[in-house]
Amino acid sequence: MKRTLSVLVQNQPGVLAHVAGMFAARSFNIDSLAVGRTEDPGLSRMTIVVLGDDAILEQVRKQLGKIVPVMKIFDYTGDNLVLRDLMLLKVSAPPEKRAEIQAMIEMFHGKVVDVDSRFVMVEIAGPEEKIEAFIDMCRPYGIKDVVRTGMIAMPRHHRSK
Amino acid sequence: MDNTRKRTRQSGPPETSRKGSEQMTGAQILCEQLLREGVDTVFGYPGGVVLPIFDALYDSPIRFILTRHEQGATHAADAYARATGKVGVVLVTSGPGATNTVTGLATANMDSTPMVVLTGQVKTNLIGNDAFQEADITGITRPITKHNYIVKDTALLARTIKEAFHIAKTGRPGPVLVDLPVDVSSGSAVMGDETEPMDLPGYHVRVNGHIRQIKRAAEAINRSERPVIYAGGGVILSNGSEALRALVDKANAPVTTTLLGLGCYDENAYRSLRMLGMHGTAYANFAVQECDLLVSVGARFDDRITGDVKRFAPHAKIIHIDIDPASISKCVKVDIPVVGDAKYILSEMLDYIEPRDRSDWFARIDALKSKYPLIYDNSGEEIKPQYVIEEVSRQTQGKAIVCTGVGQHQMWTAQFYKFSQPRHIMTSGGLGTMGFGLPAAIGAQIACPDATVVDIDGDSSFSMTLNEIPTAVEHGLPLKVCVLNNGYMGMVRQWQELFYRRRYSKSELGHPCFAKLAEAFGAVGLTAKTKAEVPGVIEQMLKEDRCCVVDFQIAREENVWPMVASGKGLHEMSGLPTDASEMV
Repeated sequence: MKRTLSVLVQNQPGVLAHVAGMFAARSFNIDSLAVGRTEDPGLSRMTIVVLGDDAILEQVRKQLGKIVPVMKIFDYTGDNLVLRDLMLLKVSAPPEKRAEIQAMIEMFHGKVVDVDSRFVMVEIAGPEEKIEAFIDMCRPYGIKDVVRTGMIAMPRHHRSK
Repeated sequence: MDNTRKRTRQSGPPETSRKGSEQMTGAQILCEQLLREGVDTVFGYPGGVVLPIFDALYDSPIRFILTRHEQGATHAADAYARATGKVGVVLVTSGPGATNTVTGLATANMDSTPMVVLTGQVKTNLIGNDAFQEADITGITRPITKHNYIVKDTALLARTIKEAFHIAKTGRPGPVLVDLPVDVSSGSAVMGDETEPMDLPGYHVRVNGHIRQIKRAAEAINRSERPVIYAGGGVILSNGSEALRALVDKANAPVTTTLLGLGCYDENAYRSLRMLGMHGTAYANFAVQECDLLVSVGARFDDRITGDVKRFAPHAKIIHIDIDPASISKCVKVDIPVVGDAKYILSEMLDYIEPRDRSDWFARIDALKSKYPLIYDNSGEEIKPQYVIEEVSRQTQGKAIVCTGVGQHQMWTAQFYKFSQPRHIMTSGGLGTMGFGLPAAIGAQIACPDATVVDIDGDSSFSMTLNEIPTAVEHGLPLKVCVLNNGYMGMVRQWQELFYRRRYSKSELGHPCFAKLAEAFGAVGLTAKTKAEVPGVIEQMLKEDRCCVVDFQIAREENVWPMVASGKGLHEMSGLPTDASEMV
């Protein structure tokens, strides 16, 4: 089962290695991990999608809590979330297929960000199912490259915690 | 040697408390901060990039114990911390100096020993260049320390050291490593005063348990007909032995301890079940399997304790008192968790405990105790290792500080030395570090100069770190080393006998004459080959005022019993009388 944790950490050297190393050392599975600064330059937020049941997730939370630069851990399980994964995808687009590819991109609210004679590069954001569906739709045309940021998440309602 | 030179030194900066606006070198700031943290002793080994620090130490009142290998320094500091409750401090150089601390750090981390290890590092502008004696020691030690730091600015040094000590000794204690590039220790800065705040917004320690959980736990104890208290190293770390005794006496419940918990409750007392687990007493293990409530205090349900975890304490509700929330429900699902300091919680809980008659339960325990005492056959002329330990225990009245290596001799020590006080066994429980015994004995003897310190060691464990005998000799430490010498890695051999059809693959090893070796190092060396010699040689060993090594040439293929083989339930012990079995 996939669960989303949001982890607020002090922005200092080694903290990413520490968090990632803890997952590896304790055999927890990371599905995706996205890191970036917050509005406070001293703090970074890691959005970690973890595979595991309740017991594993409880251990993950507790072990994260032991890492000194980790300040807060939010478990978004059961919350109403906005989930976004950003993808750049380069797909083969010969002139005779270009129109139908263009139509498909529009259907997915994607954006063409680069074009040459043989390929288009598409930027697309959304929840995982949408991204996966778009990849599946592109497969028949020939996918050249895919880059994804990993999931980021924010609850719809502000929690006073 | 070094001390003589020191006393006659010609010049050097005056040893006064520095504060305010005076520029100090990083090395001086470090020494001053160590004094502020109450450090009186540092263990270690010098080298290139820590020369500025060693130069500052030359003027410092801090006592420096030069070991012969950095691993020895870490184990000595570990035992110093276990004996005193203070933070053990180590100072070593970069590269190999730093990597040699890895085993000691992992040992301390598993057993929750408060330690600060200071490592030198190459200049900050060379880091990452594969410079001479460079190693990414913070990267290497991240998973085996409670926390670690690299200091890149002399102005941040004092605060970092302060944080390191705070983290090492609070909460669930553990080792903290601070990596010090040479330009940081030779650079200069103004040292702030002692009120300089720390920056640890993510570090929280819960000392006081939740009162509702404490009451729930007490009610469960009051309701229980057959409770067992299972106490571990956390009781000793929190100085909670007295609180435990008060609770046990009032609740009228039997107590079993882990290896690290030995001595947190007097093993001579009526309610003691002694140690549980793989090589615990049969009566402790049966009691755990039969109890209706298991109260874990400062212990973590290690696999050597539980046996097959699915069949562990099958009839019991479980209360788990621990300062580390991550220990709770990690191995065993807990019914009543109480997060906090063992001493605080036990004292708080005492008020809610109601005295209760449990004579049926104690009658059952008495029956188990008389049916399954720890036994061994001592009828022959050979020296049985258990006999040596019993004799050491008798002659020291169970009052010695006992250090061990890892293996059979360690388990026999746990079984046959009767511990009655906390902080009297120094042993590597979690990591199982062979070679811990001798350097630990050095650290314990430095910490407690007037105590009788005995290292009960195995021949293989002892061989790993016997290069530290000169350290003991140099400092005039009168520690006693009992080498239980069977010419095997005994525990490996035992497993090969039991599980690998006696195919003793690479577990037999030859040794020098340990007595002569000890003499060559300037220690006293003795040998005992027959049972009849044992009491006399121990008496002589205890009288020596110098480091003394005794080679006890013991029965070679003696096994540790009882034993819960890997994967078995705690009640499924081998090595019990053949007609014995209990329904669980």
